[in-house]
Amino acid sequence: MKKLLSGDEAVARGAYEFGVKFAAGYPGTPSTEILENISQYEEIDSQWSPNEKVAFDVAMGVSLGGMRALVALKHVGLNVASDPFMVFPYASTNGGFVVVSCDDPGMHSSQNEQDNRYYAKFAKVPLLEPSDSQEAKDFVGLALDISESFKVPVLMRLTTRISHAKGLVEMGGRVEREPFDYERDIPKQVVPVFARFLRPEVEERLHRLAEFSETFERNMVEQGDGDVGVIASGISYQYAREALPEAPFLKLGMSYPLPKKKIIDFCSRFERVWVVEENEPFLEEQIRSYGVTNVIGKERITPVGELNPEIVGNAIHDAPLPKGYGDEIALLPRPPMLCVGCGHRGVFYALKKLDTLVTGDIGCYTLGCLPPYSSLHTTFCMGTGIGNAFGFEKSIGAKLDNNIAAVIGDSTFIHGGIPSMIDIVYNKGVTTVIILDNKTTGMTGHQDHPGTGLTLRGEETYKLNFEKLAKSIGVKFVRTVDPYNLEETELAIREALKYDGPAVIIAEHPCTMLRSERAKPKTPYFVDEEACAKCDMCLEIGCPALEGREDGPPVVDDLLCIGCGMCAQLCKFEAIKSRES
Amino acid sequence: MSYSVKSILLAGVGGQGVLVASDILSEVAARSGLDAKKSEVHGVAQRGGSVVSHVRFGEKVFSPLGKMGDINFLLAFEKLEALRYGHWLRDDGTIIVNDQKIMPTLFATETRGYPEEAIEFLKKKSPSVAVVQAYQIAKELHNLRVINMVMCGVLSTFLDFKEETWSEVISEKVPSNTLEVNLKAFARGRSSAGNPV
Repeated sequence: MKKLLSGDEAVARGAYEFGVKFAAGYPGTPSTEILENISQYEEIDSQWSPNEKVAFDVAMGVSLGGMRALVALKHVGLNVASDPFMVFPYASTNGGFVVVSCDDPGMHSSQNEQDNRYYAKFAKVPLLEPSDSQEAKDFVGLALDISESFKVPVLMRLTTRISHAKGLVEMGGRVEREPFDYERDIPKQVVPVFARFLRPEVEERLHRLAEFSETFERNMVEQGDGDVGVIASGISYQYAREALPEAPFLKLGMSYPLPKKKIIDFCSRFERVWVVEENEPFLEEQIRSYGVTNVIGKERITPVGELNPEIVGNAIHDAPLPKGYGDEIALLPRPPMLCVGCGHRGVFYALKKLDTLVTGDIGCYTLGCLPPYSSLHTTFCMGTGIGNAFGFEKSIGAKLDNNIAAVIGDSTFIHGGIPSMIDIVYNKGVTTVIILDNKTTGMTGHQDHPGTGLTLRGEETYKLNFEKLAKSIGVKFVRTVDPYNLEETELAIREALKYDGPAVIIAEHPCTMLRSERAKPKTPYFVDEEACAKCDMCLEIGCPALEGREDGPPVVDDLLCIGCGMCAQLCKFEAIKSRES
Repeated sequence: MSYSVKSILLAGVGGQGVLVASDILSEVAARSGLDAKKSEVHGVAQRGGSVVSHVRFGEKVFSPLGKMGDINFLLAFEKLEALRYGHWLRDDGTIIVNDQKIMPTLFATETRGYPEEAIEFLKKKSPSVAVVQAYQIAKELHNLRVINMVMCGVLSTFLDFKEETWSEVISEKVPSNTLEVNLKAFARGRSSAGNPV
């Protein structure tokens, strides 16, 4: 039977069918749905970890213990897990071990578009690249087999258009596997002491993997017509197929180490060979290094952004693209924004008012950089904002009267903020940290984390307490506020900024998009037109449910308003009222 | 079964049910014996901004993304979004547009107003524009979340899939307590298609 599955769902299905016993990760678009779907299979022990490195470390232990393990993360998540990722190949895996990295070319929901294929080359491990959902499932099995045959971790790379594209997948049953015995092996598993002895084997294994790649059935030549050939992997294969449906292809399922002989032979048969790949010239550089000169790739296909059928088709056929209507009619942008009733709004409103230098972090709240708050000064990557704020304190803190704060989400704080918070205390800083605690991992679609008291599988567990954590680290100024209360929030931030020592504020309000919040009854507000002085102060809260008008008082959209009441607190004339009253 | 690949682009605003509609459409195609693919994006791209989903089906589909200038049907849930993706259509393609305006929350720097003349403009650009009162119909059914089913109903009249297949898939994809209103909305969409406004 065939079912329509997304690439992420197919990876989860692969984990189920091919006997994975343990899976872990941290939410990150476009990888999140892998673990969410794996969690539905009772046969697999699955978990969200505080961050990707922890997920990787636990999965390593499972593999060393003899069972099949899978780690799912987004491309930048592999940066976090890169320390063990680079060292594990020196040792030997026991149970099959696969790392699924979901890259985000085009940066739909990411801060960069690093091409994680280089990680395979960097760590000297094999790389598989599925090009549709069926392969996403199949390759999980192949990756685990390769891992067990060569005793090596395997990297599997998906991209957004694999992860979040659906295609038909043949469903199969689960095949249980007997765990391998665990045998203590100090010279192979206490790596730092024996690294020099283990290092040559990394090269020898890579050599054997290159031989394997030559005969690997998923590195296949698809016969065709004409004197132009194509080499492609992953989603790029599909785009190239649209552009050249009849051409001969060398489709690479395993794109590291490459089948050198097969590639040289393929290229020798054609006048010209297109190397179609998204982002970096990962394949092209290697192919050119073999002395092959008739390839064409990055000089015609941009490394910037994601590819699609028109970019690839345009490069190959030199065809013009249709033009958008922007020159002829007002194509107003529709940027993403904080949701109606989002508690982050209360914090950003205060920070704007206090003219604070704010370092941001990864989550919905990066949207706090947009008007009307324009509150954030920086945002880079997970957990970086707190250290950045401390750095600003060291460089220009005196000049700014230490009017500096870091904002970070609850999940992100647990992921990477805690050591930086300790750093501020340890090194005697005074920076203020505001934890935007919306009781979920919001941006990625509401995943639980150690602060919510629920596991990936919805089981109750110990609920991390931010106040106690901050106090135990040594923070003396710790206060919890409800950001819906603008006055209280502003006062707490004001005092924290003035406080002569590190301060933590927990701005606690559940994400309004949580199912439990959406189920609550809502009483919208309205503008009493007679009482309204048309000062437009309420618009400073930047709520999408409140629309300003040039010729009259602002209007509340009844269908959108959830009754948070933040706009009403800004009205000096008490003209914004609850429908309840 | 021989069936040349059809590409459908669904565009709208976050919360309008674009992704559920594309889920249903791709499932209907697959269940009708065709190869089918669909593509969308999640994450920050979903926070109240434009939402786009591609659905493609036929004997054998390669790319999950349709090609600009080669889309058979643009199913636009909102007028401004119809304008944004109008140029994706083939010369012989059809725009199905919900006659609804959702004003974007704009940056203070944006001085232009909403393009009120959207539908007239689209009609000048494309010979085949079907205007649907999906918002009005959903309002009459007292449930604004069924706009997507009205849109699917209209689209269904342009495609060769059986009505039973549509209802079967809708029954599986929407919550059971809203099934009746969803099916009603689909039927209203289907019957309104013959007499576009």
